[in-house]
This record gives sequence, C-alpha cells and structure tokens, in this order.
Amino acid sequence: MKILVCISKTPDTTAKIAFIEGNTKFDENGVQWIINPYDEWYALVKAIELKEKDPSVAIHLVTVGGADTEPIIRKALALGGDEAIRINNITTDSFIVAQEIAAIAKEGAYDLIFTGKETIDYNSASVGSMLCALLDQNFISAAVKLEVTGNAITVTREIEGGEETCTTTTPAIISCQKGMAEQRIPNMRGIMAARTKPLKVVEATISNATTSIKNFDLPPAKSGVKLIDPDNMDELVRLLKEEAKVI
Amino acid sequence: MVLIYIDQADQEIKKASYEAISYGAALAKQLGTTAEALVAGNVKDDLTSLGKYGVSKVHHINNAALNNFDARVVSTVVAAAAKTLGATVVIFAHNINGRAIAPAVAVKLSAGIVTGACALPKTDAGFVVTKTVFSGKAFASIQIETAVKVISINQNSFGTVLGNEVATVAALDIAVPASTISITSVDKIQGEVPLTEASLVVSGGRGLKGPENWGILLDLAKALGASTACSRPVSDADWRPHHEHVGQTGIQIAPNLYIAIGISGAIQHLAGVNRSKTIVVINKDPEAPFFKAADYGVVGDAFVVVPALTAAILKSKGGA
Ligand SMILES: Cc1cc2nc3c(=O)[nH]c(=O)nc-3n(C[C@H](O)[C@H](O)[C@H](O)COP(=O)(O)OP(=O)(O)OC[C@H]3O[C@@H](n4cnc5c(N)ncnc54)[C@H](O)[C@@H]3O)c2cc1C
Ligand SMILES: Nc1ncnc2c1ncn2[C@@H]1O[C@H](COP(=O)(O)O)[C@@H](O)[C@H]1O
Repeated sequence: MKILVCISKTPDTTAKIAFIEGNTKFDENGVQWIINPYDEWYALVKAIELKEKDPSVAIHLVTVGGADTEPIIRKALALGGDEAIRINNITTDSFIVAQEIAAIAKEGAYDLIFTGKETIDYNSASVGSMLCALLDQNFISAAVKLEVTGNAITVTREIEGGEETCTTTTPAIISCQKGMAEQRIPNMRGIMAARTKPLKVVEATISNATTSIKNFDLPPAKSGVKLIDPDNMDELVRLLKEEAKVI
Repeated sequence: MVLIYIDQADQEIKKASYEAISYGAALAKQLGTTAEALVAGNVKDDLTSLGKYGVSKVHHINNAALNNFDARVVSTVVAAAAKTLGATVVIFAHNINGRAIAPAVAVKLSAGIVTGACALPKTDAGFVVTKTVFSGKAFASIQIETAVKVISINQNSFGTVLGNEVATVAALDIAVPASTISITSVDKIQGEVPLTEASLVVSGGRGLKGPENWGILLDLAKALGASTACSRPVSDADWRPHHEHVGQTGIQIAPNLYIAIGISGAIQHLAGVNRSKTIVVINKDPEAPFFKAADYGVVGDAFVVVPALTAAILKSKGGA
C-alpha cells in the first residue's frame, strides 16, 4: 500500500500575526515555522501507525513550496515518512497546490492520500476536496478514525453534532483531524535517518491562479474588559440582557 | 444567477443553509440578479418556505440516492446543476459538508473560490471577498478572477434575514453517479444543539480540576439553554468528549455568547472562539490572558461564581 501525505508549512501557533507592504504581505520576520498541526499530528502519524501494523506500507510526503520548506519536510521524514517530494512552487492559492499534488498523485498511483483538515494560516480547507475533483476519487473529510483491511477502508468522520462511519475501497482521499492519531515527537534515530532519506525536488508546472490576495486586516482591538464583582452576578445577567443583548 | 446549495441531514435542512440563503439573496440584490436555491435529495421541510430567507425559486433534485452525503457524488451533481442553470455565483455554508464539496465544485466549474467568507463581496470594482485567516486572528480580502465564482460563508457571520416571500419549487433532473461509499452507522449526540450551530456556549478548562466538577458548568448551560465546550487539555485528558474541544486544532465557533470558565486564554484557544460576539471570562487569576479578549470578566473562584451566575439567570427567568 502506498500512502501520500500532503505536508504544508505554517507559522507556529503562537506566531505574532502582522502584515507589511501596505498590509499586502504576511510579516515573516521572526516567525518560527512548523508542520501544519493537522498534517503532522493526524495525517502523518496515522500513516506511520498504518506502516507499523504493515511494514509493506510506503509513506511518501509531498509539499508545494520553496526551499525554505525543507526543514519541515526533514522533520516529517524524521517522524517516519519514507521519501519526500517538494514541488518548487511558492503560492498561497489552494487550487495551484491541488493541481501540483494531483500531478504527483497520478504518477504515483497512491492507494490513500492524506491531507490535514485545513492549514492554520489561510484556513482554506480546500486541497482535499479539490483533489477529489481533479482525481475523481472518493473523498472523506474531517476524518477522526480510519481502519484499513486490504483495500477496504472504514472511516469515521465528524458530522454536525456527532459522527458517521462509512466503508469504501481504495483509492481514496482523506482529510484528517483530531482523533485520527496522537501527536509524536521525533526520536534521535529518526532524525539521523531523515538526513539520508530521498527528498526529490520537481519544478512547478502550474501558475494559473484563480484568486489573488488584495490585502489583510487585523480585527479591531476589544475596547477592554468590563469587570463585574463576583458577588453581584445579577449585574452580569443584566448586562448580558440589556447591554450585550445576547440572552 | 446566484445559486445557494442547501445542506441537509436526515432529510432536514441545516440551520447554516438558511444563513447561506440570506447571504446569497443579499449578494444577488447587489449584483442585480436573482437568488435561487438547490436542494439535493429527499427533504421533509416545505421548500416553498425557503422564500422567507430570500430565494424566488428552489430547484429540487428529488433523488433518494442523494440522501446520504458522498462528497464525490454530491459535488458532481451540484456542479452539473450549476452549469445547467447557468449560475454565476454558487454559495455554500462553510460547515462540514460545505467544506467537503465547495472546493470540488469550484474545480469542476473552473471557478475561483473563497472559503470561510465573513462579509458580502465588494463588487464595485472586481469581486473581492473578505474571509478570516490565521484562525480568526486576521482577515484577508481576496479577489476572485474567474467568471464563475464560488463562496462558502462562515457560520454566524452574516445572520439570517427573514422576509415573507414564498418560493416556487421546480424539479430538476440531474444524473446522479453511483456512490461507492456506504454509511454504516451514524452516532449523534441526542438533544444537544451542535456546537457550531449554537448561539450560546459555556466552556470549561483545566481550572475546573476534574470531570467530577463539571456539574456546575452543566447546570449553567442548562439554565441558559447553551451548548458546552472545553479547552484542549480537558478533552485530551478525556474529562470531556473530543467533539467539545474548541480552538486552533479543535473546532472554531462564533456564538453570540461564549462563557469561558477556568480557561487561561492561550492563543491557540482564542483562535477557536475569538469570533464570538460577546465573551465572558470567569477566572480566579486577574492576570489570565483571556481577560484581554473578554467583554465581561469575573475575577473569582469558579466553584463560587458559576453556581451564583446560574442562580441569577434562573432568578431573572423566573421574574421575567
Ligand atoms: C500547536 C498547538 C495547538 C493547540 N491547540 C489548542 C486548541 O485548539 N484549543 C485549546 O484550548 N488549546 C490548544 N492548545 C493548548 C494551549 O496552548 C493551552 O495549553 C490550553 O488552551 C490551556 O488550557 P486551559 O486554559 O484549560 O488550562 P490552563 O492553561 O492550565 O488554565 C487553567 C486556568 O484556570 C484558572 N483557574 C484555576 N482554578 C480556578 C478556579 N477555581 N476558578 C477559576 N479559575 C481557575 C487558572 O487561573 C488558569 O487561568 C494548543 C497548543 C499548541 C502548542
Ligand atoms: N503547500 C502545500 N503543500 C502540500 N500540501 C498542502 C499545501 N497546502 C495545503 N496542503 C494540504 O492540504 C491541506 C488543506 O490545506 P488548505 O486547503 O490550504 O487549507 C493541508 O492540511 C495539507 O495537508
């Protein structure tokens, strides 16, 4: 079984969000980059768990990005990917990303493609669904559980107010979220092994953006908290009713 | 024409779809065109009543094969319908199913897409949609360059606008490809409003010390008619179920009222709740970062403050 895990690079969750060049560009100054948590904790670790059960599983990683994504890819290899492909295309457009990945996916004939639920920077939640259209394969989104037996898969996904379990066969695209697997820390042996694992770079082929970011804005700052005496909850109820008008 | 996809589960229209209609109808007005709705599968609801939310016409693909949600099948059908009907903008709710199909529909229509929109597009020069990015910490204004456009709208960001129109319902015949997914079980939490649809949410953190102490929070939620949520360490420790975990890596919500009890307000937690209209923070530490993001704060021991708040709410209800 071959699994393709889509790995994206995002700012650390505590990164200061600021913009430069007339609010048209994210300020990368001092930003620490991490593997998008959904891709690392859930998609990649799930693939590793499947490989631990069945050593014949091959885990390929794909990232669409510049050379600065390589430390991220090396970390993913250290956690347990077998080999990686970087498509040298610097873009924030999910459609370009999806088309680049679709080309790799077609070539590699993967049984399963894992994405994260969304990237925590642009929050598109689009790449998995776009791959579904580009590859005409089954797509199960917001997956919280997956079992694989031969080419049969059982997936549990989140639905509004609960969960739904379905069965299908490979090939399939699955977007992963909490529940799929538990976060892991790379060990020394993994880090050493990652240095020599293959990381192939292929040139970008797609450039037809369908959208463009005009500018960014930060939300207006809160005007300041109104403190209420803990002995006067009647006052809080009054404010929620009469001032905030939410109850 | 602006076409709005109506999401359903168990043959009932989801609340998020009504908001999507109101958004689509307002956009149609702005563009000087009509708003029409697309329903896929059997539904129990009276479809003419969708007129109230702003559509003149409802296209109904009344095919039982669409009752179960299969992203590949539904996106194929919706794209075919949008082409047949000549839609220029297709609107989805940015809920779980909307996320699963809107991008696929955009690909099939060669349309540019903005997911998670939080306001009407600016259409005086071009077509620019504002969406939340960095998990609610910022907004981006995104220009869609293509002739056909797809937008999914964040829940609770536009609201529903009620009128008194009645829509006409027309059957639409679109070929439905065979599904290769079978749904084997559905596990719904009974009687609770799904967190993403809730307008009032009461949430607890590690400050409550243990699952045995959740009673005070549940009592408050009950008095308010609110749904319950929690911080990540709480669900990681299995004090509360995983589906209650809100934040950067949990679910993102935007209720009218979010009451945070014993939650410090870490940036990753705020990322899931900072779009809430009103935030109340109850924490014994006056330095807790959450107070900076709050509208109302109570510095005090949750074990004393929460029961007092519950009592005050019950009193105000009884007295009203
Ligand atoms: C990549 C990443 C992603 C993350 N994603 C999320 C996420 O999605 N959601 C999330 O919630 N967290 C997330 N976290 C974790 C986050 O950083 C915090 O650790 C977490 O939110 C803290 O949870 P807490 O506020 O419940 O606990 P704590 O930080 O321990 O805070 C407990 C609070 O309770 C108060 N308290 C204690 N006793 C009382 C009392 N008797 N009465 C009143 N108040 C009391 C304390 O003053 C304190 O402020 C993430 C972290 C990382 C690194
Ligand atoms: N540049 C990228 N390279 C590889 N995978 C990506 C990239 N961007 C997004 N993805 C994958 O697609 C998922 C959803 O991303 P998005 O649709 O951009 O929110 C992510 O969790 C990744 O798994």
